[in-house]
Amino acid sequence: MSMNRRNFVKTTGTVAAIGAIGLPNIVLGQDKKVVVVGGGTGGATAAKYIKMADASIDVTVIEPNKEYYTCYLSNEVLSGKRSLDSIKHGYDGLKGHGVNVVHEKATSIDGEKKVVKTESGEYAFDRCIVSPGVSMLYDKIEGYSKEASQKIPHAWKAGEQTKLLRGQLEAMDDGGVVVIAAPPNPFRCPPGPYERASQIAMYLKEAKPKSKVLILDSKQKFSKQALFTQGWERLYGFGTENSLIEWQPGPDAGVVSVNADDMSVETSFGDSVKGAVLNVIPPQSAGKIAVDSGLADDSGWCPVDKKSFESTLMPGVHVIGDACIATAMPKSGYSANSQGKVAAAAVVSLLNGEDVGTPSYVNTCYSIIGKDYGISVAAVYRLSEDGSTIAGVEGAGGLTPMDAEPFALAREVQYAYSWYNNIVHDSFG
Amino acid sequence: MAMRKSKLALVGGALALGLSSGAFAEGPTAKMLADTCAGCHGTNGNSVGPASPSIAAMDPIVFVDTMIAFQNGDTYSTIMDRIAKGYTEDELEQMGEFFHKQDFVPAEQEFDQSLVDEGAKLHDKYCEKCHVEGGKPVPDEEDYYILAGQWTPYLEFAMSDFQNDRRILPKKMGKKLNRMIEDKGEDSVKALYAFYAAYADFASSGDDDDDDDDDDEKD
Repeated sequence: MSMNRRNFVKTTGTVAAIGAIGLPNIVLGQDKKVVVVGGGTGGATAAKYIKMADASIDVTVIEPNKEYYTCYLSNEVLSGKRSLDSIKHGYDGLKGHGVNVVHEKATSIDGEKKVVKTESGEYAFDRCIVSPGVSMLYDKIEGYSKEASQKIPHAWKAGEQTKLLRGQLEAMDDGGVVVIAAPPNPFRCPPGPYERASQIAMYLKEAKPKSKVLILDSKQKFSKQALFTQGWERLYGFGTENSLIEWQPGPDAGVVSVNADDMSVETSFGDSVKGAVLNVIPPQSAGKIAVDSGLADDSGWCPVDKKSFESTLMPGVHVIGDACIATAMPKSGYSANSQGKVAAAAVVSLLNGEDVGTPSYVNTCYSIIGKDYGISVAAVYRLSEDGSTIAGVEGAGGLTPMDAEPFALAREVQYAYSWYNNIVHDSFG
Repeated sequence: MAMRKSKLALVGGALALGLSSGAFAEGPTAKMLADTCAGCHGTNGNSVGPASPSIAAMDPIVFVDTMIAFQNGDTYSTIMDRIAKGYTEDELEQMGEFFHKQDFVPAEQEFDQSLVDEGAKLHDKYCEKCHVEGGKPVPDEEDYYILAGQWTPYLEFAMSDFQNDRRILPKKMGKKLNRMIEDKGEDSVKALYAFYAAYADFASSGDDDDDDDDDDEKD
């Protein structure tokens, strides 16, 4: 039987009372070390919430970048609505909670030796939380590579890529076609490509009205599709000859190769499509460090125990956020935040010899289609009785209703901005 | 005292997932449940704005009533109806207790300083009788709604919902609101918002505009 807090206190008391020599570290609570790999939304949230729950736990975040650009709301940078700086966040908030932040790149996670190696050091852990985000599978698209992404950006990790794509949109002549290649499932931020098309269309409508956005999709349907379609009809002439957005469904329209020299893409049907700007979002897997360390299965994603997010492949190591397989929870910022808290609570319990408590999870995701035009999807999730799946509570959750009134759509934008400010503050602040 | 609108259990979904069985007898802790709110309402319920309201230090009964009114549609919402239905009444009670214990951090927002004094007078005359202490949280008392220090866009949305039949307007509040607008004009609510945003020191004069029949209305 695991040691609960009362026993723990009792033991500590007894030991203290006899004034024992050579107290084992565990009794003093000095030996509880957590290493968090990845300082994105999931990792930052987990680190902060562990410290908030039990300040005696030593928490180190390993993250190569000194600043984190949120992928969420980066589409507003593309339309010029928002500055790149406004989605940039540092780690002073985490440090303020007593978290050690190390700007190094993790190179391996060893579950048996319980150590994370970086390019310049080693970090021992009792529990590790891995929140590596996604890896771009360039090699799934012929001609695409990290180098090619300097000319054909994916902009699916925010920062330099976002800046690059925004610059290309600004430099484009009126009348140009912006091609967005949407990736196959599963991928980070399911409504993201379609919100991106909306934001770019909003910019084009204002600045370059003879231009258009062409979405070449590998899928036949997509997240919030009916709501996006209605918004596009209302705002961008979708379905008409002069539509600012055209969507070509998969599988025929899926992009299989790119040519950076003549700025064209080829679809699986064999069509060659030229664009003034090409935004190719490739298929994705769990972040490279997770795959390289053996945390991913054949699907490329990381199987986890749904109650604690502990890897089913590597005990003692938890995987959260986009990289993990979380059944019904989408790969979103709010999912990562929610999973970070569930994993943090589980890790704190396990390190203190307590049972892992029952989790509760949530996701809310806003998409901003145009000025004063926001839509959302939300769900509250529970662990199934047998612990095998995370499922949405029946009768709860769902989408913004169709045909919503303008006041309601405008409010959703204000709540989207509130969501942004609060989730960033909750994760990094 | 606010009435519990409905005890219509929202346990349907939970039962379907087998949450009432022995294995889950304990359920998530209050903190685990309340932490799911933070992404929109801020860590421990203090929103950093601009529109989603702070829920820290809320009256726990008001919290549960508000959530049940979202569930059954008595109070309009863009998204909270969908989220509120994810929790059982027992869970909502736990969440309400959790948020009640949190310290309230007044919203840091811009407001029109020139309207604050007028807003204070209007509040004293038309609102203070129910929204005591200038609408600030009074965690040791019951049945309070936090207006002071709340995000102004949220107050504007709520007021719009009251005035457009999207949220049940208590009779007494409706009468006072109408009297204020008749006497002081449509813009008088803006002065109230400025006063609430200022989170200023406030002492009531004890002089309100009560009609004789107002006290009979208990909403």
